[in-house]
Order: sequence, then C-alpha cells, then structure tokens
Amino acid sequence: MLRLLSILAVLCLCIPAYATESSAVPKLDIGKGGECVKEPQWMRKNHMHLLTHQRDEVVHKGIRDEKISLKNCIECHASTKDDSVIARDDSFCVACHRYEAVKLDCFECHSGERKSAWLKRNSK
Amino acid sequence: MSEINVQRRQFLKMSMGVAAVAIAPGVFLFDMAHGKADANKVRWGMLIETANCAEGCNDCVTACNTENGLSGGVSSTDSQWIRKIEIKDISTGRETSLPMMCQHCEHPPCVDVCPTGASFKRADGIVLVDKHLCIGCRYCIMACPYKARSFVHEPLQNQNPDVPRGKGTVESCTMCVHRIDQGKQPACAEACPNKSILFGNLNDPDSEIATRIRTVASAQVRADLGLNPGVRYQGL
Repeated sequence: MLRLLSILAVLCLCIPAYATESSAVPKLDIGKGGECVKEPQWMRKNHMHLLTHQRDEVVHKGIRDEKISLKNCIECHASTKDDSVIARDDSFCVACHRYEAVKLDCFECHSGERKSAWLKRNSK
Repeated sequence: MSEINVQRRQFLKMSMGVAAVAIAPGVFLFDMAHGKADANKVRWGMLIETANCAEGCNDCVTACNTENGLSGGVSSTDSQWIRKIEIKDISTGRETSLPMMCQHCEHPPCVDVCPTGASFKRADGIVLVDKHLCIGCRYCIMACPYKARSFVHEPLQNQNPDVPRGKGTVESCTMCVHRIDQGKQPACAEACPNKSILFGNLNDPDSEIATRIRTVASAQVRADLGLNPGVRYQGL
C-alpha cells in the first residue's frame, strides 16, 4: 500500500513537469515581428489558409494583396541576423514547423530571404 | 400527417429559400475559365520587329535570365524562357534573327493537355504554369509547337523572391507577369537596345501595339495552327 502511494505521489509530481514542457512554445527568431494581419495566436492557427487563398488569387487572377503575401510575411519575420525565415533551426518558419512535425515545402520554390537582402546581393 | 413532418417540410422550404437568396446576387458557384468577363479589356501581347533585331545580340535573353533567376546555360536540362534564333530562307538567302519564347496563344495547346489544370491562361491572355498544381508530367512541353517550355531538373536555391521556381515543375516565359502587375514592361522589352520588342495591350485600340499591328504587316509563327498567339513578328 505504501509503495502504491509513493508511486502515485511520484506520478503527481511528474504531471506539472510534463504539463509545463508540453505547453512550452518553441523558441524562435521572429525578426522584426509586429502584428499587421491578426494577433499571433490566430496567425499560428490560420496562416496556412491565408497563404493558400492568397496564392490562388495571385497566380490565377493577378490580385496581389501585399499585406497577406508570403513575401510580406518574410519582409518582417526574416531574421535580422541573416535575413531569412528558413536558414537556421530557430528561424521563424523552421522552428515551429519542426516542433509540430509539419513539412514545410513552400521554400522548395519560394525564396525564404528578405527581398531587400536579395536585391542587395544580386545587384552587385 | 404528423406535426413533426409538417415542421420538417417547412424547415426545408425555408432553408431552400434562404440558400437561394444567398446565392442569387451574381455569385457564381464555380469559376469558369478564369474570369472571362473582362477578357475583352486587356490582352497583353508583343510585336517583334525582326528588321531591328540584331544578329548576335543576346540582350533580351540576358535580361530574362537576370530577371527570372535562370542560370543562362543552354544544355538540354537548363531552363530557357527566351532564345535567339537565326533563320534563313534557303531560296533567297535572306537571313533573319529573332527571339522565340512562349507565344501566349489564345487557344494554348499546353492548357488543353494539362491533366491537373496547372497550365492555364489568365484573363489578360498570359499563359502560365501554376506550380502549386504542376506534377511535372511534361505533356505541355510535348504539346507546345514553339518549344517554349522547360522543366526544372535540379533543386534550386537563391530564387528571385518575385519569381518562385522549383525542381519538378514546368516553366516558361511569364511575360514577366510580376512586372506587368506592377505596371512595368517585361524585362526583355525593356532591355532591347534596338527597341525591337513592343509590348502592350492588343485589345486597346489606342495602344501603340494595336496601332502598329493595324498599320504594318505582321505575322504569327505557325498561324496555320490557329492558336492565335499574342506574340507577333514584323518582317518575317
């Protein structure tokens, strides 16, 4: 009986530790950051829908809403150190996608680099 | 008839009515052929003056490569969106130099054969590949009579943020759609030192290109195929 109680006590102690660990948000480099579309929690949940909608509007109809374009996201969220959202393990896109184990295939075609940085490098 | 069934019938009637009212005011249930409504307003096209196109000049090709981030290689696995070709009339010996690229047909065969709808024509006449949908089957490359399309064989890095390109998809001249949407000219038209490439709206009777094609003789390449290309050649 005593043994059972001690096991239970140990388990109870473990729960808070586990709970804090699971609710921990991955540490990521948010670049300049800021809130231009919606608040962060909404964006965490829904950014993919905005991007998918936007991509069809742009590619098929040429409606380029700069505010919700991938390029505009990158402009603010690319790291201030390396101008990229994908270069490092704690880069803005990579950190969360790795944590959630969701494959990130946007950047097989799209540039993950801030446009101004790209222009600077390619105008030389 | 029981009371429950009457309510049910009323409910169905009412919801049908609500749905009809919601859908009625000009809402299309599905998008047919990408906004044909304003198809007559704008049709982007080009007129290429072959007499001014200098033999050996490659400036349009270089400008295209720089703008769209192409390697500039000419091997069979390199993407080429625009090529300079030299042609010779054997009977007369007359030589002509001209750029050849996607002709942005009104009836594009690449769109007809695409199994996924990735190959499509925008309402303003530009023929594009939606790389989100392209599965890389390359039917469109086979279908194009102008050999205008290329396939990306290798993974790419350092793309132009305005021009996404990636392995496993087909690509071709986009008429610099990202520039047109900003009100600019395509890179090749801007770069041509002899102003041989005239870009404009074929459907606007007052535009320079419409005036020119009305007054001078111009031809479409392989006009016999009836594809009505948006790119026309003068002096061919």
